[in-house]
Amino acid sequence: MKSVKLENVTKKFGDVIGVENVNIDIKSGEFFTFLGPSGCGKTTTLRMIAGFYYPTEGRIYFNNEDVTNVKPNKRNIGMVFQNYALFPHMTVFENIAFGLEVRKLPRQVIKEKVERAQRLVHLEQYSSRKISELSGGQQQRVALARALVIEPDILLLDEPLSNLDAKLREETRVEIKRLQVELGITTIYVTHDQHEAMALSDRIMVMNKGRIQQIGTPQEIYNKPANLFVASFIGETNLIEGTVKEVTDNHAVVEVDNGIILKGMKTNSVPELNFQVGKRVTLSIRPEVINIGEGANQLQGEVLLTEFSGSSINYLVKVGQNEFNVMSVNTALAILQRGDTITMNIPENGIYFMEQKG
Amino acid sequence: MTANTESITPKKSLWSRLVESRYFVYVIVSPLFLILLAYVIFPLYKTFADSVLTEDGTWSMSNYIKFFSMQTNVEALLTSIFISIISVITCAIVGVSLAFLLERYDFPGRKALSVLSLVPMALPPLIGSLSFWFLYGESGIFPRLFQTMFQLDEPPFAISGIWGVIIVHTFTMYPYFYLSASAAIRGLDPSLEEAATSLGAGRVRIWRKVILPMLTPAIVSASLLVFMISMASYTAPLMFGVDRTMTMQIVLSRTNGNLDMAATQSTILSLVSIAFLILMKWYQNRRNYQSQSKGIGVHRTEVRSKLMKYIAMILSIIGVIILLLPILVIVLISFSTDGEWTVQIIPTSYTLENYMNLFMDDRTWRPVWNSIQMSTVAVIGNIIFGVAAAYAMVRLNFKGKYLLDILIMVPWALPGTVVAVNLISAFSQPSVFSFYQVLIGTFWIMPLAYFVRQLPLVFRNTAASLMQLDQSIEEASLSLGASWWYTFRKVVLPLIFPGILAGTLLAFVQGLTEFVASILLYNVHTMPLSVAIWQKLYSFKFGTACAYSTLQILLVLIVLVLNERLQGDNKQSAVM
Repeated sequence: MKSVKLENVTKKFGDVIGVENVNIDIKSGEFFTFLGPSGCGKTTTLRMIAGFYYPTEGRIYFNNEDVTNVKPNKRNIGMVFQNYALFPHMTVFENIAFGLEVRKLPRQVIKEKVERAQRLVHLEQYSSRKISELSGGQQQRVALARALVIEPDILLLDEPLSNLDAKLREETRVEIKRLQVELGITTIYVTHDQHEAMALSDRIMVMNKGRIQQIGTPQEIYNKPANLFVASFIGETNLIEGTVKEVTDNHAVVEVDNGIILKGMKTNSVPELNFQVGKRVTLSIRPEVINIGEGANQLQGEVLLTEFSGSSINYLVKVGQNEFNVMSVNTALAILQRGDTITMNIPENGIYFMEQKG
Repeated sequence: MTANTESITPKKSLWSRLVESRYFVYVIVSPLFLILLAYVIFPLYKTFADSVLTEDGTWSMSNYIKFFSMQTNVEALLTSIFISIISVITCAIVGVSLAFLLERYDFPGRKALSVLSLVPMALPPLIGSLSFWFLYGESGIFPRLFQTMFQLDEPPFAISGIWGVIIVHTFTMYPYFYLSASAAIRGLDPSLEEAATSLGAGRVRIWRKVILPMLTPAIVSASLLVFMISMASYTAPLMFGVDRTMTMQIVLSRTNGNLDMAATQSTILSLVSIAFLILMKWYQNRRNYQSQSKGIGVHRTEVRSKLMKYIAMILSIIGVIILLLPILVIVLISFSTDGEWTVQIIPTSYTLENYMNLFMDDRTWRPVWNSIQMSTVAVIGNIIFGVAAAYAMVRLNFKGKYLLDILIMVPWALPGTVVAVNLISAFSQPSVFSFYQVLIGTFWIMPLAYFVRQLPLVFRNTAASLMQLDQSIEEASLSLGASWWYTFRKVVLPLIFPGILAGTLLAFVQGLTEFVASILLYNVHTMPLSVAIWQKLYSFKFGTACAYSTLQILLVLIVLVLNERLQGDNKQSAVM
């Protein structure tokens, strides 16, 4: 298992910047995810690690060994492609054996290894099947087996679940995590799906427009977003603007609009936010931290929309000039309807301070 | 750690430095450009030079002035244009109506008609004209039949002259309209019409505003194509004795020893053809309506009334007969005794001798063997060039890609007559590209001509296969440790093989049936099949000529059936 390090990596396509000044340190055995909207540069970064693109600037290291200009076939990586990229003219067995044949292993060894890989992904019965005779989920597992059987130093997964239906996606996600933990293999995973990223990763890198927005554990990314982009991209949140009114040792008080005053903890903010009376700031308040009933930061508003989703109830509430998304757990009690007045409160540590929008 | 970064990067050999350089792609594509330069551009230039250079080596436009001041030339140019325009119109009418009829209506005989509607395209170039001449020409079967039936002094009708050429063009070229129009109709999502109806549009408005605009791209590209092919047409004017067309004039100027004028006429015709090629490329890139939805069955309207059913059936039968007659008449005459058929409606005495001779008599077998040899040589070249060029076009990035694409298509746009004239201009003297040999009069000039004329076939088919092959499949192979060459052999080649084979087979039959360039280039030892057919006709050996022709038709049919099989699991369009 190898560690992966990217040092000041920039990739330009002509004049267009694909990714800019990326620095990452991925530990050996880590499950690391590149997360971002399409076109953010996550796949470009992955392809540079795989060797399909060479960086315009910067270096790439596997275990401190400079591989920046090493060809993809010399990197000993296992890659699973978004569309699986299975060889349509070969059987399941031949597909999985391909990498071993390239390595000129003896026939008997190949057979043993392929069979073991097939057992690993539960495809023992399918050796002589053609790829076209497999379901999407089975194809996906062949792709995984083919990448793992060569005992790669690093496993690269490019949106491997995006072509599966919802149920299969969940099953396969669990399967991938299980294999990764069992084999302890350094894994880099690319996705635009935040739930997948949260569920699987040790650490996540959020990217946008070719730049790193934040690197951190799922909890850090969710609870302590580095900027507005991360806050709104990961999960749902209410972004509310206001002006700092009062600053104490531990707390800051913000006036959102005439009369609405919210008080939060100074530590619960983006790093190095300068609290100063009169400064415009943005507050990020997650729908699920807002409680219904009386308490700290109590607000009163009017229900505009009610959305019942089974386990939870989502309200859109108008308070003064602002609208809040509020999520409450369904406790089988009465549900508020459009036009009802709602009383709610926001705990002090549920308010997250950020720089002003724009 | 910093200290040993140096030693980690191994010293690279010159070869691997070259391979990894980003200019390496030019090492790969430059032979392709060199071949095109040597056998397409250089000959084209030589002909052009012949037309503008005087004997003492100065530039002069005198040949062009002479061209436009000579009545025959201007007439030939105008006749060629006239024939081409009328051919486009008649082909469009036949092709598009047939497409609508077969795609939108269900009637007795539809299946048979739709299978056979492509037969004319399968006919080798000489055979179409030849069969029409036998069937409907001045001493053809039908004019004589009616003459005898109604006891007339002269045949009541016969196709000849310019209209003969146009009728043959219509018969052999309407499939271009039929194919593109029926593809467009099939791609027309019926829900578009339903949507228009639901928005309150009537039949006429739907036609004008929805259906016709959707068909325009198909009709325009087919028009350009048919115009180009009509301009290049040589066999039809030859069979119906229309001397005043550009292609005929080029050949006549050459046979009269007026080489400067032949070069001038060739250059003018080349310019027209290349202009149309560029126009066509430009148009295809500009407009492309594709239905968003896929897999919708077009609903066919069933013909219900009894009377209409009978009429439809009778018309279908007539259609099928018209489509099959050219082949049937060739096969019939192939069994006739040479020289026996003079003024009777159909040949009177039949024999198997023509076929016996074909395979047993060395002199009769010779042209067949010549054609096989020369086509094989040409096709080997086509495969190597075509596969390399297709891979470069689809997978590599380099400057001059668009140029390569155009250059490969140029020989396809050039009339066969012009290709031959160009090759004569270029290789009747030794040059670098012929390894300082004179190629004219040798075996090699004809395979070279075939190679040039069929250049796009293997290329297009291979490129189509490659485009369907997801690039990530190659990347998967690389990521598993395989080298580029290993990947190419074990992954790419097996997957694009059907495309290569389809192109190869098409190129091979084109070689076996080539006539237009061959007639200018052959010599006694290298006489190919088509030229032999022409010579036998000239000496009234209709039986032998038709036995040769039947052999050609048979080969074409075999290839078409094979291609259909190949494309069964790998759908791609082999036709332009």
